Amino acid sequence: MANLPTGKPPGKDQSGLRYPSNGKTIYHRPLNRTKTAELSQASFAYLFSEMISYAQRRVTGIQDLEQRLNVQGHPLGLKLLDLLLIREPPRTQTRPLNIIALLHLIKINLWTHLFGRQADRLEKSSNPETPDEYMIVDNEPLVNAYISVPKEMSQLNCAAYVAGIIEGVCDGAGFPARVTAHSVGLQEGGGGDGGMWPGKTVFLVKFEAAVLEREALIGGKG
Amino acid sequence: MTVFALIIINKAGGLIYNKTFHEAGLNKVSTNDLLVLAGTFHGVHAITSKLNPVKPTPDRSSTASNSGLANRPEPPSGLEVLESENFRLQCFNTMTGTKFLLFTDTTQANVDVTIRKVYDLYSDYVMKNPFYQLEMPVRCDMFDRKLLSYIREINNR
Repeated sequence: MANLPTGKPPGKDQSGLRYPSNGKTIYHRPLNRTKTAELSQASFAYLFSEMISYAQRRVTGIQDLEQRLNVQGHPLGLKLLDLLLIREPPRTQTRPLNIIALLHLIKINLWTHLFGRQADRLEKSSNPETPDEYMIVDNEPLVNAYISVPKEMSQLNCAAYVAGIIEGVCDGAGFPARVTAHSVGLQEGGGGDGGMWPGKTVFLVKFEAAVLEREALIGGKG
Repeated sequence: MTVFALIIINKAGGLIYNKTFHEAGLNKVSTNDLLVLAGTFHGVHAITSKLNPVKPTPDRSSTASNSGLANRPEPPSGLEVLESENFRLQCFNTMTGTKFLLFTDTTQANVDVTIRKVYDLYSDYVMKNPFYQLEMPVRCDMFDRKLLSYIREINNR
């Protein structure tokens, strides 16, 4: 072991984290370096599968499990908001100031960054009693590509993790919201094999009352 | 040209999946008989892989420069095909000892390609599913769906 490059010996200010031998962490890398980088879907699938197994430990129910997945995604969203904005051209680097701009940022930039394509649809709730609800539709979420949820847990949608990321972006931009993921593929198709998109998922974004109030004051112009 | 059925046997010899694709193909067999078939096949496979003629092992000293991995012998394969007048049973044994048995027509071509594709589907939709417990019966909708559409495509060719 003596001839292995050991890098910096763990200092007093470091926890047990590994430190690369040349001393350069990811914080030294240019932010645009990984802009077009791609990752293996298989390794993500295994990692995500382990994340779900981890979240499943000692949960009290499906709601609790979804909440845990949501919490795992939240910090990611907070950080991605900053990263995605800094990658914008300098003139449009401001954070979104109204709901529509924010949702477009999520639908286009966030989705392209995470999944390599845009989200399939963006809708506003048609119910007049819930003007604070918006829906982002993904026909086949990448995170659910290999997941079959057992019948006794049919309420569960593992895209709750992505909902957590969206929630992080909304919170980071100053639009506090609750985001939940719902499977709609099976109801909509009605057929035996669940229509064209059996994994169709709706991310329901429910903004807080204060956000709507502010939006009304500024007249949606930002 | 028809694929009749698929059976998956775990490494302990238990039946973890069985599916019939072509109703007019094989006669119906009770689940109990299928379990016996799985167990028996597993045992016969284990014995046949021991029957493999011993290959002369390369001289250790001459290949000492190679890494240990390079001169590791191929694992013995064991029973691969079982054929009767009306059907043919092809076995595919994975590195971990899971066996895929595909019952096909005797004239079916490229069964090894088909069975590898089934293995692909298995490793995607079963092994990457967080709700599947290893060595337990396979109950994954997604796997069923993909498998059915793939086999249907082959049977209609």
